[in-house]
Amino acid sequence: MTSPSAAAVTGEPSAPAVELVGIGKRFGAVVANDGVDLVLRRGSVHAVMGENGAGKSTLMSMLFGLLKPDSGEIRVDGAPVQFDGPLDAIAAGLGMVHQHFRLFDSMTVADNVVYGAEPTKGGLIDRRAAAARVRELSERYGLETEPTAVVGSLSAGARQRVEILKALHRDARILILDEPTAVLTPSEVTSLFTVIRRAADAGTTVVLVTHKIHEVLAVSDEVTVLRDGRVTGRFATSEATSASLVHAMTGREIDEVRNPGTGTPGAVALEVEHVTVGDPRTPAVHDVSLAVHRGEIVGVAGVSGNGQHELVAAVLGTVQASSGRIRLLGEEVGSRSVRDRRAAGLAVIPEDRRGEGTAVTLSVAENVTLGHHRTAPIGASKGLRRGWMSIRAERARARELIADYDVRTSGEQQPIGALSGGNAQKVVIARELSHGAPVLIAEQPTQGVDVGAIESIHQRLLDYRAGGGAVLLVSHEISELLALADRILVMYSGRVVAEFTAAEATTARIGAAMAGAAEAAPAPDAAAAVAPAPTDTPAPEPETDRTP
Amino acid sequence: MQIFELSFVAAVLLAATPILYAALAGAISAQVGVFNIALEGQMLWGAFAAVAGSYYTGSAWGGVLVALLSTALFAVILAVGSARWKADPIIIAIGTNLLALGLTGFLLRVLFDVSGSFSPRGLEGLPKMAFLADVPVIGPIFAGQTLLVPLAFVVIVAVGLWLKATPAGLRLRGVGEHPEAAASLGVNVPSFQMWATIVGGALCGIAGAQLALGNVTVFTENMTAGRGWIAVAAVMLVAGRPLWLPLACLGFGAAEALGFRLQGIGAPQQLTDAAPYAITLVVLVLTRIRFARSRKVSV
Repeated sequence: MTSPSAAAVTGEPSAPAVELVGIGKRFGAVVANDGVDLVLRRGSVHAVMGENGAGKSTLMSMLFGLLKPDSGEIRVDGAPVQFDGPLDAIAAGLGMVHQHFRLFDSMTVADNVVYGAEPTKGGLIDRRAAAARVRELSERYGLETEPTAVVGSLSAGARQRVEILKALHRDARILILDEPTAVLTPSEVTSLFTVIRRAADAGTTVVLVTHKIHEVLAVSDEVTVLRDGRVTGRFATSEATSASLVHAMTGREIDEVRNPGTGTPGAVALEVEHVTVGDPRTPAVHDVSLAVHRGEIVGVAGVSGNGQHELVAAVLGTVQASSGRIRLLGEEVGSRSVRDRRAAGLAVIPEDRRGEGTAVTLSVAENVTLGHHRTAPIGASKGLRRGWMSIRAERARARELIADYDVRTSGEQQPIGALSGGNAQKVVIARELSHGAPVLIAEQPTQGVDVGAIESIHQRLLDYRAGGGAVLLVSHEISELLALADRILVMYSGRVVAEFTAAEATTARIGAAMAGAAEAAPAPDAAAAVAPAPTDTPAPEPETDRTP
Repeated sequence: MQIFELSFVAAVLLAATPILYAALAGAISAQVGVFNIALEGQMLWGAFAAVAGSYYTGSAWGGVLVALLSTALFAVILAVGSARWKADPIIIAIGTNLLALGLTGFLLRVLFDVSGSFSPRGLEGLPKMAFLADVPVIGPIFAGQTLLVPLAFVVIVAVGLWLKATPAGLRLRGVGEHPEAAASLGVNVPSFQMWATIVGGALCGIAGAQLALGNVTVFTENMTAGRGWIAVAAVMLVAGRPLWLPLACLGFGAAEALGFRLQGIGAPQQLTDAAPYAITLVVLVLTRIRFARSRKVSV
């Protein structure tokens, strides 16, 4: 059976490199893929889109031999194949760049590239040939790299190039990129897209797995959208719009939530003064000062690992700042315990939901209680009940919050680990916002959360702001910051390198500062002012290093 | 005066060599991501097998071969249990350590009808390199040693080069550093882990043979007396850089040799016997502090 719909899309008879026909896969009662057809034309860039849990990863895992389909057929160059493992897939000409890199940090770029398929001379690794091979591939595809560099010392973008080189070294003709831009700066994204185009023009078939609409529109030739394990849309990219893609992904239109920018900020609620974290010679956070007022959302942008997380930890108190002052509602809290700081009015949505934000094996109700177990109505601070919790009050409160925050769960006694990312995050947010703490630190609050839940979480943050709350919002998604923040700070290498008001902020200017450009120069031209996702349709970012 | 110093160097080497072989075994295991604390028991089994082998074959080198092969076989328990059946290597190692202690004591009674120690008349010890006696400097250090002493350093360098320069060595290092990555590139991770552990067993067999047929010519119950644990400490100390092992092991050897010296000048035996272990403890604490300081803030 061929796939007539794909032929209709492309309108040309170019031979498919890969065909997935009627692929089905279930895990217990959960149907991950149901009759999925996917045709990848040779030399094209094909985007596979969908929300978290839509079945993209399962589908790609089957294509790469990591999982076996329950039903359906995979054909490479027209011939049916059975992959018993990724090695079979590699042998058939596939290569996959995983979202979480699979690299050996202690080894050189060249060793990483040739590992498992080493050129040898007299039984020893021929390191000269390995380096030459890396240089040849990097020149052919425009993947700038240094063969003798140790991988652990490289930036995320450079590490990704090593991953791509690994696949190319094994003569991959079909390259699967799983969420490749998650860890990249905007300028690194631009160069990745250049590489993708170049590879496709050279005849490589590229599969781009992503949920970012503007990337799909910027680089792909064709799009297949999955929802609940089924194909809900096939487009030639030239005919797709962000609205049509969103509709295919979510089955409805999304009203984007935006900060209205109204209201005047009140008194300073959180003040960080000259805070340094870590060894003063190589600090993770270097002399950072900032203030967040009541009724204000201050965004912190930056590529992951530039000190944002350590800054949050220092404010929360899980790590001690080596110098500087932290004031909460005018009170110095720099040397207080986490418990004292929370009692003084601090709420936190941690980045690591499963590790820090929730106790995965405990119930939803217990997770709602965590941190508030000493105070009424669940605990009691004095009297006979001191040291005891009221399970009845806990459950009642949990039921109330589940209804209020629209948490999809089978009940308050369900373990929180069984909930989807978005629903678990709603529980965390309910816990943090329902106690009237005036200061909130939200670190990556919508990471791993699907589009519908993102909308509701954003609305909660704006409601909290409107109610006079002060929010420090750390995010790697520029579009999220542009939609929500009154001011945006950019961290690079542990320092705050730029600050923008909502009016000044653009993707291009934030991106330039994120990449460490000495100063994010003003962007007078309208072209630089890119509207935030998901309704944007930007061309690749303007070259950041061209700015004066 | 010089004689005294060189004889001290000789004593340090003698004390360090068994630890060095065992530590190399531990380091190879560490390279494939198996935390091997079975060194003590394997070394003890090696010592017993060496003496029994030498007794039955009438040749000290026969004893070394028996120790090497039988300890490799003994290590199969850990190798297959952890790599193939995915059991916790710590638990298996504790089990095999206890097994080695009990089994050697039991076999001592069953096979040789003695308890405590076994040193029959005519038991062949390993030959010393007496032909070196007249060479200046080298002579006083090595003439009283077995061939296994210099061989330890050759083996370490050879293993270091093998790890660095051969495809198999590269793959082995990758298995320990990031097993999923290695597996995704077609490397059979359990197989590497299994063979690394078995080779480690062979090295522990040599360690035991040097201890029971080189340092002395006798088997006594629990004669390893914690040397396997010191080897574990040495492995943790060098943290995955096998070429630093000799330095660490010589340090521990020096502590032991110094203990004997101090005993010679009248220090209480209990105190000097404790010296290597006390030094191990101090060194581990110090490196841990240094490590904690140098570590970047990670939260």
